[in-house]
Amino acid sequence: MLELKEIYKTFNPNSPNEKRALNGVNLTLEAGDFVTIIGGNGAGKSTMLNAVAGVWPVDSGQVMIDGVDVTKLPEHKRAIYLGRVFQDPMNGTATDMEIEENLAIAYRRGQSRGLRWGITAKEREWYKELLKTLDLGLETRLRAKVGLLSGGQRQALTLLMATLKKPKLLLLDEHTAALDPKTAAKVLELSDRMIEENGLTALMVTHNMKDAIAHGNRLIMMSNGRIILDIKGEEKQKLTVEDLLQKFSVASGSEFVNDRALLG
Amino acid sequence: MNVIALMKALPGSVAQGLIWGLLAMGVYITYKVLDYADLTVDGSLCTGGAVAVMMMLAGYHPFLALVGATIAGMLAGLVTGVFHVTFGIPAILSGILTQLGLYSVNMRIMGKSNQAISVDKYNLLLSLRNIPKAIFVASISCVIVIVILYWFFGTELGRSIRATGNNENMSRAQGINTKTMKIIGLMLSNGLVGLSGALYAQYQGNADVNMGRGAIVIGLAAVIIGGVLFGKLFHNFAFRLVGVVFGAILYFVVITIVLQLGLETTDLKLVSALIVAVFLAVPYLRGQYYTKHGKKRREGKCLN
Repeated sequence: MLELKEIYKTFNPNSPNEKRALNGVNLTLEAGDFVTIIGGNGAGKSTMLNAVAGVWPVDSGQVMIDGVDVTKLPEHKRAIYLGRVFQDPMNGTATDMEIEENLAIAYRRGQSRGLRWGITAKEREWYKELLKTLDLGLETRLRAKVGLLSGGQRQALTLLMATLKKPKLLLLDEHTAALDPKTAAKVLELSDRMIEENGLTALMVTHNMKDAIAHGNRLIMMSNGRIILDIKGEEKQKLTVEDLLQKFSVASGSEFVNDRALLG
Repeated sequence: MNVIALMKALPGSVAQGLIWGLLAMGVYITYKVLDYADLTVDGSLCTGGAVAVMMMLAGYHPFLALVGATIAGMLAGLVTGVFHVTFGIPAILSGILTQLGLYSVNMRIMGKSNQAISVDKYNLLLSLRNIPKAIFVASISCVIVIVILYWFFGTELGRSIRATGNNENMSRAQGINTKTMKIIGLMLSNGLVGLSGALYAQYQGNADVNMGRGAIVIGLAAVIIGGVLFGKLFHNFAFRLVGVVFGAILYFVVITIVLQLGLETTDLKLVSALIVAVFLAVPYLRGQYYTKHGKKRREGKCLN
Protein backbone atom coordinates (compact mmCIF):
# COMPACT_ATOMS: atom_id res chain seq x y z
CA MET A 1 0.00 0.00 0.00
CA LEU A 2 2.87 2.31 0.86
CA GLU A 3 6.42 2.03 -0.36
CA LEU A 4 9.25 4.29 0.74
CA LYS A 5 12.52 3.80 -1.12
CA GLU A 6 15.77 5.33 0.11
CA ILE A 7 14.23 8.55 1.41
CA TYR A 8 16.73 11.26 2.37
CA LYS A 9 15.90 14.67 3.78
CA THR A 10 18.20 17.29 5.26
CA PHE A 11 16.87 20.47 6.82
CA ASN A 12 18.84 23.72 6.59
CA PRO A 13 21.56 22.21 4.39
CA ASN A 14 25.01 23.91 4.42
CA SER A 15 24.23 25.90 7.54
CA PRO A 16 25.19 25.53 11.20
CA ASN A 17 21.68 24.20 11.84
CA GLU A 18 22.01 21.45 9.25
CA LYS A 19 20.01 18.43 10.34
CA ARG A 20 19.85 15.15 8.47
CA ALA A 21 16.32 14.17 9.43
CA LEU A 22 15.81 11.16 7.17
CA ASN A 23 18.81 9.05 6.38
CA GLY A 24 17.80 6.41 3.86
CA VAL A 25 14.37 5.26 4.97
CA ASN A 26 13.00 2.10 3.40
CA LEU A 27 9.57 0.82 4.30
CA THR A 28 6.89 -1.29 2.65
CA LEU A 29 3.38 -1.57 4.06
CA GLU A 30 0.89 -4.24 3.06
CA ALA A 31 -2.77 -3.35 2.76
CA GLY A 32 -4.35 -3.53 6.21
CA ASP A 33 -1.09 -3.04 8.09
CA PHE A 34 -1.41 -0.94 11.23
CA VAL A 35 2.12 0.13 12.08
CA THR A 36 3.14 1.94 15.25
CA ILE A 37 6.29 4.05 15.10
CA ILE A 38 8.44 4.75 18.13
CA GLY A 39 11.77 6.46 18.70
CA GLY A 40 13.52 9.19 20.63
CA ASN A 41 13.20 12.92 19.99
CA GLY A 42 14.56 13.84 16.58
CA ALA A 43 14.58 10.24 15.41
CA GLY A 44 12.62 11.17 12.30
CA LYS A 45 9.18 9.75 13.14
CA SER A 46 7.08 12.78 12.30
CA THR A 47 9.46 13.72 9.50
CA MET A 48 8.78 10.37 7.85
CA LEU A 49 5.02 10.98 8.03
CA ASN A 50 5.52 14.46 6.56
CA ALA A 51 7.57 12.95 3.75
CA VAL A 52 4.65 10.65 2.96
CA ALA A 53 2.18 13.56 3.14
CA GLY A 54 4.34 15.77 0.93
CA VAL A 55 4.65 18.71 3.32
CA TRP A 56 7.96 19.45 1.55
CA PRO A 57 9.81 17.68 -1.26
CA VAL A 58 12.28 14.99 -0.23
CA ASP A 59 15.95 15.34 -1.28
CA SER A 60 16.02 11.92 -2.87
CA GLY A 61 14.12 8.68 -2.87
CA GLN A 62 10.68 7.60 -3.93
CA VAL A 63 7.24 7.57 -2.30
CA MET A 64 4.67 5.17 -3.74
CA ILE A 65 1.10 4.95 -2.50
CA ASP A 66 -0.93 2.00 -3.79
CA GLY A 67 1.38 1.65 -6.77
CA VAL A 68 1.28 5.36 -7.71
CA ASP A 69 4.48 7.37 -7.58
CA VAL A 70 3.53 10.49 -5.62
CA THR A 71 7.07 11.77 -4.99
CA LYS A 72 6.53 14.84 -7.16
CA LEU A 73 2.94 15.56 -6.14
CA PRO A 74 2.25 18.61 -3.89
CA GLU A 75 0.63 18.13 -0.52
CA HIS A 76 -2.93 18.96 -1.55
CA LYS A 77 -2.83 16.44 -4.41
CA ARG A 78 -1.54 13.64 -2.20
CA ALA A 79 -4.42 14.35 0.14
CA ILE A 80 -6.58 12.22 -2.18
CA TYR A 81 -4.87 9.15 -0.76
CA LEU A 82 -4.33 10.24 2.82
CA GLY A 83 -6.22 10.81 6.04
CA ARG A 84 -4.22 12.77 8.59
CA VAL A 85 -4.49 13.57 12.28
CA PHE A 86 -1.90 15.87 13.86
CA GLN A 87 -0.36 16.20 17.29
CA ASP A 88 -1.82 19.65 17.90
CA PRO A 89 -5.62 19.48 18.09
CA MET A 90 -5.72 22.99 16.60
CA ASN A 91 -4.14 21.74 13.41
CA GLY A 92 -6.71 19.32 12.04
CA THR A 93 -9.80 21.51 11.90
CA ALA A 94 -10.91 24.98 10.80
CA THR A 95 -11.81 26.52 14.16
CA ASP A 96 -13.96 29.41 12.94
CA MET A 97 -16.10 27.04 10.89
CA GLU A 98 -18.94 24.82 12.03
CA ILE A 99 -18.63 21.10 12.78
CA GLU A 100 -20.75 20.20 9.76
CA GLU A 101 -18.73 22.54 7.52
CA ASN A 102 -15.51 20.86 8.57
CA LEU A 103 -17.01 17.46 7.80
CA ALA A 104 -18.34 18.68 4.45
CA ILE A 105 -14.87 19.94 3.51
CA ALA A 106 -13.33 16.60 4.50
CA TYR A 107 -16.00 14.70 2.56
CA ARG A 108 -14.93 16.51 -0.62
CA ARG A 109 -11.30 15.54 -0.28
CA GLY A 110 -10.02 14.54 -3.69
CA GLN A 111 -12.94 16.12 -5.56
CA SER A 112 -12.95 19.34 -7.49
CA ARG A 113 -14.68 22.06 -5.51
CA GLY A 114 -16.99 24.17 -7.59
CA LEU A 115 -20.04 26.36 -7.22
CA ARG A 116 -22.36 23.69 -5.87
CA TRP A 117 -23.72 24.45 -2.41
CA GLY A 118 -21.14 23.29 0.13
CA ILE A 119 -23.33 20.90 2.12
CA THR A 120 -26.51 18.94 1.37
CA ALA A 121 -29.38 17.97 3.66
CA LYS A 122 -28.66 14.30 3.07
CA GLU A 123 -25.05 14.73 4.15
CA ARG A 124 -26.16 16.49 7.28
CA GLU A 125 -28.24 13.49 8.36
CA TRP A 126 -25.34 11.18 7.69
CA TYR A 127 -22.95 13.36 9.70
CA LYS A 128 -25.40 13.27 12.59
CA GLU A 129 -25.34 9.47 12.54
CA LEU A 130 -21.55 9.38 12.39
CA LEU A 131 -21.14 11.90 15.21
CA LYS A 132 -23.49 9.79 17.34
CA THR A 133 -21.01 6.89 17.09
CA LEU A 134 -18.31 9.12 18.66
CA ASP A 135 -20.48 9.30 21.78
CA LEU A 136 -19.36 12.85 22.60
CA GLY A 137 -22.69 14.58 22.24
CA LEU A 138 -21.58 16.32 19.06
CA GLU A 139 -24.57 15.07 17.04
CA THR A 140 -26.70 17.86 18.51
CA ARG A 141 -24.09 20.56 17.84
CA LEU A 142 -23.65 20.36 14.08
CA ARG A 143 -23.78 24.14 13.71
CA ALA A 144 -21.35 24.84 16.57
CA LYS A 145 -17.97 26.38 15.77
CA VAL A 146 -15.16 23.84 16.15
CA GLY A 147 -13.25 26.42 18.22
CA LEU A 148 -15.69 25.73 21.05
CA LEU A 149 -14.74 22.04 21.31
CA SER A 150 -12.21 20.53 23.71
CA GLY A 151 -8.93 19.08 22.47
CA GLY A 152 -10.22 15.52 22.74
CA GLN A 153 -13.43 16.35 20.88
CA ARG A 154 -11.41 18.01 18.14
CA GLN A 155 -9.10 15.02 17.73
CA ALA A 156 -12.12 12.72 17.55
CA LEU A 157 -13.67 14.99 14.93
CA THR A 158 -10.38 15.13 12.99
CA LEU A 159 -10.25 11.32 13.04
CA LEU A 160 -13.76 11.21 11.65
CA MET A 161 -12.78 13.76 8.97
CA ALA A 162 -9.70 11.74 8.08
CA THR A 163 -11.73 8.57 7.53
CA LEU A 164 -14.93 10.11 6.11
CA LYS A 165 -13.60 9.49 2.65
CA LYS A 166 -11.84 6.17 3.06
CA PRO A 167 -8.12 6.94 2.69
CA LYS A 168 -5.55 4.55 1.26
CA LEU A 169 -3.41 5.37 4.23
CA LEU A 170 -4.15 6.93 7.61
CA LEU A 171 -1.35 9.00 9.17
CA LEU A 172 -1.60 9.55 12.93
CA ASP A 173 1.17 11.85 14.14
CA GLU A 174 1.30 11.62 17.96
CA HIS A 175 -2.37 12.45 17.84
CA THR A 176 -2.94 11.77 21.53
CA ALA A 177 0.20 13.44 22.89
CA ALA A 178 -1.52 16.73 23.72
CA LEU A 179 -4.46 15.10 25.54
CA ASP A 180 -4.93 14.11 29.15
CA PRO A 181 -4.46 10.34 29.78
CA LYS A 182 -8.15 9.52 29.96
CA THR A 183 -9.05 11.38 26.78
CA ALA A 184 -5.95 10.00 25.08
CA ALA A 185 -7.09 6.46 25.85
CA LYS A 186 -10.51 7.21 24.42
CA VAL A 187 -9.15 8.71 21.22
CA LEU A 188 -6.80 5.74 20.81
CA GLU A 189 -9.66 3.33 21.24
CA LEU A 190 -11.61 5.28 18.67
CA SER A 191 -8.66 5.15 16.27
CA ASP A 192 -8.44 1.37 16.70
CA ARG A 193 -12.13 1.02 16.00
CA MET A 194 -12.09 3.19 12.88
CA ILE A 195 -9.06 1.44 11.48
CA GLU A 196 -10.64 -1.95 12.07
CA GLU A 197 -14.13 -1.08 10.84
CA ASN A 198 -12.86 0.49 7.64
CA GLY A 199 -10.02 -1.99 7.12
CA LEU A 200 -7.55 0.89 6.87
CA THR A 201 -3.80 0.83 6.46
CA ALA A 202 -2.31 3.11 9.09
CA LEU A 203 0.90 4.61 10.42
CA MET A 204 0.79 5.82 14.01
CA VAL A 205 3.61 7.76 15.62
CA THR A 206 3.60 7.58 19.39
CA HIS A 207 6.00 8.39 22.20
CA ASN A 208 4.42 5.80 24.44
CA MET A 209 6.04 2.34 24.27
CA LYS A 210 3.07 0.62 25.88
CA ASP A 211 0.70 2.10 23.31
CA ALA A 212 3.08 1.18 20.53
CA ILE A 213 3.07 -2.42 21.74
CA ALA A 214 -0.65 -2.64 22.49
CA HIS A 215 -1.85 -1.28 19.13
CA GLY A 216 -1.35 -2.39 15.57
CA ASN A 217 0.11 -5.49 14.02
CA ARG A 218 3.59 -4.16 13.40
CA LEU A 219 6.04 -1.91 15.22
CA ILE A 220 8.98 0.02 13.86
CA MET A 221 11.57 1.91 15.83
CA MET A 222 13.51 4.83 14.41
CA SER A 223 16.80 6.40 15.38
CA ASN A 224 18.83 9.08 13.61
CA GLY A 225 16.59 9.15 10.59
CA ARG A 226 16.61 5.40 9.99
CA ILE A 227 14.38 2.48 10.77
CA ILE A 228 16.43 0.33 13.15
CA LEU A 229 13.82 -2.20 14.21
CA ASP A 230 10.86 -3.74 12.44
CA ILE A 231 8.81 -6.19 14.47
CA LYS A 232 5.71 -7.91 13.17
CA GLY A 233 3.42 -10.89 13.53
CA GLU A 234 3.75 -13.16 16.50
CA GLU A 235 6.90 -11.49 17.69
CA LYS A 236 5.03 -8.20 17.98
CA GLN A 237 2.26 -9.81 19.99
CA LYS A 238 4.66 -11.16 22.60
CA LEU A 239 6.66 -7.96 22.86
CA THR A 240 7.23 -6.23 26.22
CA VAL A 241 8.73 -2.86 27.08
CA GLU A 242 11.86 -4.56 28.43
CA ASP A 243 12.30 -6.48 25.16
CA LEU A 244 11.94 -3.28 23.25
CA LEU A 245 14.56 -1.44 25.31
CA GLN A 246 16.96 -4.33 24.97
CA LYS A 247 16.41 -4.57 21.22
CA PHE A 248 16.95 -0.85 20.92
CA SER A 249 20.34 -0.90 22.63
CA VAL A 250 21.44 -3.83 20.48
CA ALA A 251 20.25 -2.22 17.27
CA SER A 252 21.52 1.29 17.95
CA GLY A 253 24.48 0.57 20.23
CA SER A 254 23.22 3.06 22.80
CA GLU A 255 20.69 3.41 25.60
CA PHE A 256 17.17 4.54 24.81
CA VAL A 257 16.99 8.06 26.13
CA ASN A 258 13.49 9.41 26.31
CA ASP A 259 11.88 9.57 29.72
CA ARG A 260 8.55 10.42 28.20
CA ALA A 261 8.49 7.11 26.34
CA LEU A 262 9.42 5.09 29.42
CA LEU A 263 7.18 6.77 31.95
CA GLY A 264 4.18 7.41 29.73
CA MET B 1 -21.05 73.29 15.56
CA ASN B 2 -23.58 74.19 12.94
CA VAL B 3 -26.29 71.57 13.36
CA ILE B 4 -28.24 72.55 10.27
CA ALA B 5 -25.15 72.33 8.07
CA LEU B 6 -24.44 68.95 9.61
CA MET B 7 -27.94 67.64 8.89
CA LYS B 8 -27.57 68.83 5.33
CA ALA B 9 -24.27 67.06 4.95
CA LEU B 10 -25.37 63.74 6.45
CA PRO B 11 -27.23 62.26 3.43
CA GLY B 12 -24.06 62.78 1.42
CA SER B 13 -22.02 60.88 3.97
CA VAL B 14 -24.53 58.03 3.89
CA ALA B 15 -24.19 57.83 0.10
CA GLN B 16 -20.41 57.87 0.34
CA GLY B 17 -20.51 55.27 3.10
CA LEU B 18 -22.61 52.95 0.94
CA ILE B 19 -20.25 53.32 -2.02
CA TRP B 20 -17.21 52.69 0.18
CA GLY B 21 -19.13 49.84 1.78
CA LEU B 22 -18.44 47.86 -1.40
CA LEU B 23 -14.72 48.45 -0.92
CA ALA B 24 -15.05 47.58 2.76
CA MET B 25 -16.64 44.24 1.87
CA GLY B 26 -13.67 43.59 -0.40
CA VAL B 27 -11.33 44.37 2.49
CA TYR B 28 -13.41 42.06 4.69
CA ILE B 29 -12.74 39.19 2.28
CA THR B 30 -8.97 39.58 2.49
CA TYR B 31 -8.55 40.83 6.06
CA LYS B 32 -11.12 38.66 7.82
CA VAL B 33 -11.86 35.69 5.58
CA LEU B 34 -8.39 35.11 4.13
CA ASP B 35 -6.47 36.64 7.06
CA TYR B 36 -4.37 38.59 4.55
CA ALA B 37 -3.58 42.31 4.88
CA ASP B 38 -3.90 43.37 1.25
CA LEU B 39 -2.68 46.88 0.42
CA THR B 40 -3.46 46.57 -3.29
CA VAL B 41 -6.68 48.42 -2.51
CA ASP B 42 -5.08 51.88 -2.58
CA GLY B 43 -4.19 51.33 -6.22
CA SER B 44 -7.08 49.19 -7.44
CA LEU B 45 -9.74 51.68 -6.28
CA CYS B 46 -8.37 54.24 -8.70
CA THR B 47 -7.92 51.59 -11.39
CA GLY B 48 -11.65 50.85 -11.15
CA GLY B 49 -12.52 54.53 -11.30
CA ALA B 50 -10.15 55.21 -14.17
CA VAL B 51 -11.38 52.30 -16.28
CA ALA B 52 -15.02 53.21 -15.68
CA VAL B 53 -14.56 56.89 -16.53
CA MET B 54 -12.48 56.21 -19.65
CA MET B 55 -14.98 53.63 -20.87
CA MET B 56 -17.89 56.01 -20.39
CA LEU B 57 -16.00 58.83 -22.08
CA ALA B 58 -15.47 56.43 -24.96
CA GLY B 59 -19.24 55.94 -25.13
CA TYR B 60 -19.74 52.62 -23.38
CA HIS B 61 -22.88 52.01 -21.36
CA PRO B 62 -22.37 52.76 -17.61
CA PHE B 63 -23.20 49.16 -16.70
CA LEU B 64 -20.52 47.91 -19.04
CA ALA B 65 -18.15 50.42 -17.43
CA LEU B 66 -18.90 48.85 -14.04
CA VAL B 67 -18.13 45.41 -15.42
CA GLY B 68 -14.89 46.71 -16.93
CA ALA B 69 -13.87 48.32 -13.63
CA THR B 70 -14.59 45.12 -11.72
CA ILE B 71 -12.51 43.05 -14.12
CA ALA B 72 -9.65 45.59 -13.92
CA GLY B 73 -9.74 45.34 -10.12
CA MET B 74 -9.69 41.56 -10.32
CA LEU B 75 -6.59 41.68 -12.52
CA ALA B 76 -4.87 43.85 -9.91
CA GLY B 77 -5.76 41.25 -7.29
CA LEU B 78 -4.42 38.52 -9.56
CA VAL B 79 -1.07 40.32 -9.78
CA THR B 80 -0.79 40.61 -5.99
CA GLY B 81 -1.79 36.96 -5.65
CA VAL B 82 0.85 35.80 -8.12
CA PHE B 83 3.50 37.95 -6.39
CA HIS B 84 2.68 36.34 -3.08
CA VAL B 85 1.77 32.77 -3.96
CA THR B 86 3.96 32.05 -6.97
CA PHE B 87 6.97 34.24 -6.21
CA GLY B 88 6.88 33.91 -2.43
CA ILE B 89 6.88 37.65 -1.72
CA PRO B 90 5.47 38.42 1.76
CA ALA B 91 1.78 39.34 1.75
CA ILE B 92 2.06 42.99 2.71
CA LEU B 93 4.95 43.65 0.35
CA SER B 94 3.09 42.02 -2.57
CA GLY B 95 0.23 44.46 -2.06
CA ILE B 96 2.58 47.42 -1.76
CA LEU B 97 4.36 46.48 -4.99
CA THR B 98 1.11 46.16 -6.94
CA GLN B 99 -0.19 49.40 -5.45
CA LEU B 100 2.96 51.26 -6.46
CA GLY B 101 2.94 49.83 -9.96
CA LEU B 102 -0.74 50.65 -10.36
CA TYR B 103 0.02 54.36 -10.02
CA SER B 104 1.77 54.26 -13.40
CA VAL B 105 -0.91 51.99 -14.86
CA ASN B 106 -3.64 54.35 -13.70
CA MET B 107 -1.82 57.32 -15.25
CA ARG B 108 -1.58 55.37 -18.50
CA ILE B 109 -5.27 54.52 -18.42
CA MET B 110 -6.31 58.14 -17.85
CA GLY B 111 -3.51 59.88 -19.75
CA LYS B 112 -3.41 62.58 -17.06
CA SER B 113 -3.82 62.71 -13.29
CA ASN B 114 -7.51 63.65 -13.36
CA GLN B 115 -10.31 62.81 -15.77
CA ALA B 116 -13.62 64.56 -15.25
CA ILE B 117 -16.94 63.16 -16.36
CA SER B 118 -19.91 65.49 -16.21
CA VAL B 119 -23.30 64.28 -15.08
CA ASP B 120 -24.82 66.80 -17.50
CA LYS B 121 -23.25 65.24 -20.55
CA TYR B 122 -23.17 61.59 -19.55
CA ASN B 123 -25.77 59.21 -18.27
CA LEU B 124 -24.12 58.46 -14.91
CA LEU B 125 -25.60 55.87 -12.55
CA LEU B 126 -25.20 58.19 -9.59
CA SER B 127 -23.89 61.63 -8.74
CA LEU B 128 -23.52 63.85 -5.70
CA ARG B 129 -25.84 66.28 -7.48
CA ASN B 130 -28.71 63.85 -6.78
CA ILE B 131 -28.07 62.33 -3.40
CA PRO B 132 -31.33 60.39 -2.89
CA LYS B 133 -30.74 58.65 -6.20
CA ALA B 134 -27.11 58.03 -5.25
CA ILE B 135 -28.20 56.44 -1.96
CA PHE B 136 -30.72 54.29 -3.82
CA VAL B 137 -28.24 53.07 -6.45
CA ALA B 138 -25.49 52.43 -3.88
CA SER B 139 -27.88 50.57 -1.57
CA ILE B 140 -29.06 48.33 -4.38
CA SER B 141 -25.44 47.63 -5.32
CA CYS B 142 -24.59 46.70 -1.74
CA VAL B 143 -27.60 44.40 -1.43
CA ILE B 144 -26.77 42.63 -4.71
CA VAL B 145 -23.14 42.19 -3.67
CA ILE B 146 -24.11 40.87 -0.21
CA VAL B 147 -26.49 38.33 -1.75
CA ILE B 148 -23.83 37.16 -4.23
CA LEU B 149 -21.12 36.94 -1.57
CA TYR B 150 -23.42 35.07 0.83
CA TRP B 151 -24.14 32.53 -1.86
CA PHE B 152 -20.52 32.28 -2.99
CA PHE B 153 -19.06 31.70 0.45
CA GLY B 154 -21.62 28.95 1.00
CA THR B 155 -20.49 27.01 -2.07
CA GLU B 156 -17.81 24.34 -2.01
CA LEU B 157 -15.33 26.79 -3.50
CA GLY B 158 -16.25 29.61 -1.11
CA ARG B 159 -16.01 27.33 1.90
CA SER B 160 -12.59 26.19 0.72
CA ILE B 161 -11.45 29.82 0.65
CA ARG B 162 -12.74 30.30 4.20
CA ALA B 163 -10.99 27.12 5.33
CA THR B 164 -7.75 28.36 3.74
CA GLY B 165 -7.96 31.62 5.71
CA ASN B 166 -8.72 29.66 8.85
CA ASN B 167 -6.18 26.84 8.77
CA GLU B 168 -3.89 26.32 5.82
CA ASN B 169 -2.44 23.05 7.11
CA MET B 170 -5.84 21.53 7.50
CA SER B 171 -6.95 22.81 4.11
CA ARG B 172 -4.02 21.22 2.31
CA ALA B 173 -4.50 18.00 4.25
CA GLN B 174 -8.08 18.00 2.96
CA GLY B 175 -6.90 18.45 -0.61
CA ILE B 176 -7.57 22.16 -1.01
CA ASN B 177 -5.14 24.03 -3.25
CA THR B 178 -4.51 26.89 -0.83
CA LYS B 179 -2.49 28.88 -3.36
CA THR B 180 -5.34 29.01 -5.84
CA MET B 181 -7.80 29.85 -3.06
CA LYS B 182 -5.72 32.86 -2.01
CA ILE B 183 -5.55 34.13 -5.58
CA ILE B 184 -9.30 33.73 -6.06
CA GLY B 185 -9.94 35.56 -2.78
CA LEU B 186 -7.65 38.43 -3.75
CA MET B 187 -9.29 38.72 -7.17
CA LEU B 188 -12.77 38.76 -5.69
CA SER B 189 -11.75 41.36 -3.13
CA ASN B 190 -10.11 43.72 -5.59
CA GLY B 191 -12.95 43.23 -8.06
CA LEU B 192 -15.23 44.73 -5.44
CA VAL B 193 -12.75 47.52 -4.82
CA GLY B 194 -12.70 48.27 -8.56
CA LEU B 195 -16.49 48.35 -8.60
CA SER B 196 -16.47 50.69 -5.62
CA GLY B 197 -13.98 52.95 -7.44
CA ALA B 198 -16.19 53.03 -10.54
CA LEU B 199 -19.21 54.17 -8.52
CA TYR B 200 -17.16 56.64 -6.50
CA ALA B 201 -15.69 58.25 -9.62
CA GLN B 202 -19.18 58.74 -10.99
CA TYR B 203 -20.39 60.08 -7.66
CA GLN B 204 -17.72 62.75 -7.46
CA GLY B 205 -17.68 63.37 -11.22
CA ASN B 206 -14.06 62.46 -11.86
CA ALA B 207 -11.40 59.83 -11.50
CA ASP B 208 -8.26 61.06 -9.81
CA VAL B 209 -4.94 59.29 -9.55
CA ASN B 210 -4.90 60.04 -5.82
CA MET B 211 -8.46 58.92 -5.08
CA GLY B 212 -7.30 55.65 -3.57
CA ARG B 213 -4.71 57.05 -1.24
CA GLY B 214 -5.46 55.70 2.23
CA ALA B 215 -8.41 53.66 0.95
CA ILE B 216 -7.18 50.55 2.77
CA VAL B 217 -7.37 52.42 6.06
CA ILE B 218 -10.95 53.49 5.38
CA GLY B 219 -11.82 49.91 4.40
CA LEU B 220 -10.21 48.57 7.56
CA ALA B 221 -11.97 51.21 9.62
CA ALA B 222 -15.32 50.07 8.23
CA VAL B 223 -14.54 46.40 8.84
CA ILE B 224 -13.32 47.03 12.37
CA ILE B 225 -16.09 49.46 13.34
CA GLY B 226 -18.63 47.04 11.88
CA GLY B 227 -17.07 44.20 13.86
CA VAL B 228 -16.82 46.01 17.16
CA LEU B 229 -20.28 47.58 17.06
CA PHE B 230 -22.30 44.89 15.33
CA GLY B 231 -20.20 41.76 15.89
CA LYS B 232 -22.20 40.72 18.94
CA LEU B 233 -25.48 41.18 17.08
CA PHE B 234 -24.63 39.59 13.79
CA HIS B 235 -23.32 36.06 13.46
CA ASN B 236 -24.68 35.16 10.06
CA PHE B 237 -22.21 35.88 7.25
CA ALA B 238 -24.63 38.07 5.28
CA PHE B 239 -25.41 40.15 8.36
CA ARG B 240 -21.74 40.56 9.08
CA LEU B 241 -21.37 42.10 5.63
CA VAL B 242 -24.30 44.37 6.44
CA GLY B 243 -22.37 45.32 9.59
CA VAL B 244 -19.35 46.18 7.46
CA VAL B 245 -21.45 48.48 5.25
CA PHE B 246 -22.89 50.11 8.37
CA GLY B 247 -19.32 50.52 9.57
CA ALA B 248 -18.46 52.39 6.38
CA ILE B 249 -21.50 54.64 6.70
CA LEU B 250 -20.66 55.36 10.32
CA TYR B 251 -17.10 56.20 9.37
CA PHE B 252 -18.24 58.86 6.89
CA VAL B 253 -20.77 60.24 9.35
CA VAL B 254 -18.00 60.63 11.93
CA ILE B 255 -15.80 62.30 9.34
CA THR B 256 -18.61 64.72 8.46
CA ILE B 257 -19.05 65.62 12.11
CA VAL B 258 -15.31 66.13 12.50
CA LEU B 259 -15.32 68.45 9.49
CA GLN B 260 -18.18 70.42 10.97
CA LEU B 261 -16.08 70.86 14.10
CA GLY B 262 -13.75 72.95 12.01
CA LEU B 263 -11.01 70.59 10.88
CA GLU B 264 -9.58 70.90 7.37
CA THR B 265 -10.13 68.17 4.79
CA THR B 266 -6.38 67.66 4.79
CA ASP B 267 -6.64 66.66 8.46
CA LEU B 268 -8.87 63.73 7.54
CA LYS B 269 -6.07 61.26 6.92
CA LEU B 270 -4.83 61.77 10.45
CA VAL B 271 -8.35 61.37 11.79
CA SER B 272 -8.81 58.16 9.79
CA ALA B 273 -5.56 56.71 11.06
CA LEU B 274 -6.49 57.54 14.64
CA ILE B 275 -9.98 56.05 14.31
CA VAL B 276 -8.53 52.77 13.07
CA ALA B 277 -5.81 52.78 15.73
CA VAL B 278 -8.36 53.34 18.49
CA PHE B 279 -10.72 50.63 17.29
CA LEU B 280 -7.82 48.17 16.98
CA ALA B 281 -6.39 49.11 20.35
CA VAL B 282 -9.57 48.87 22.40
CA PRO B 283 -10.13 45.09 22.10
CA TYR B 284 -6.43 44.46 22.72
CA LEU B 285 -6.23 46.66 25.81
CA ARG B 286 -9.45 45.21 27.13
CA GLY B 287 -7.94 41.73 26.78
CA GLN B 288 -4.84 42.86 28.66
CA TYR B 289 -6.92 44.39 31.40
CA TYR B 290 -8.87 41.18 31.95
CA THR B 291 -5.68 39.13 32.05
CA LYS B 292 -4.05 41.41 34.55
CA HIS B 293 -7.03 41.51 36.84
CA GLY B 294 -7.52 37.79 36.82
CA LYS B 295 -10.91 37.94 35.22
CA LYS B 296 -11.87 35.57 32.52
CA ARG B 297 -10.28 36.87 29.37
CA ARG B 298 -12.58 37.40 26.49
CA GLU B 299 -11.68 35.69 23.30
CA GLY B 300 -8.57 37.34 21.88
CA LYS B 301 -9.95 37.82 18.40
CA CYS B 302 -13.17 39.48 19.42
CA LEU B 303 -13.48 41.61 16.34
CA ASN B 304 -15.66 39.45 14.19
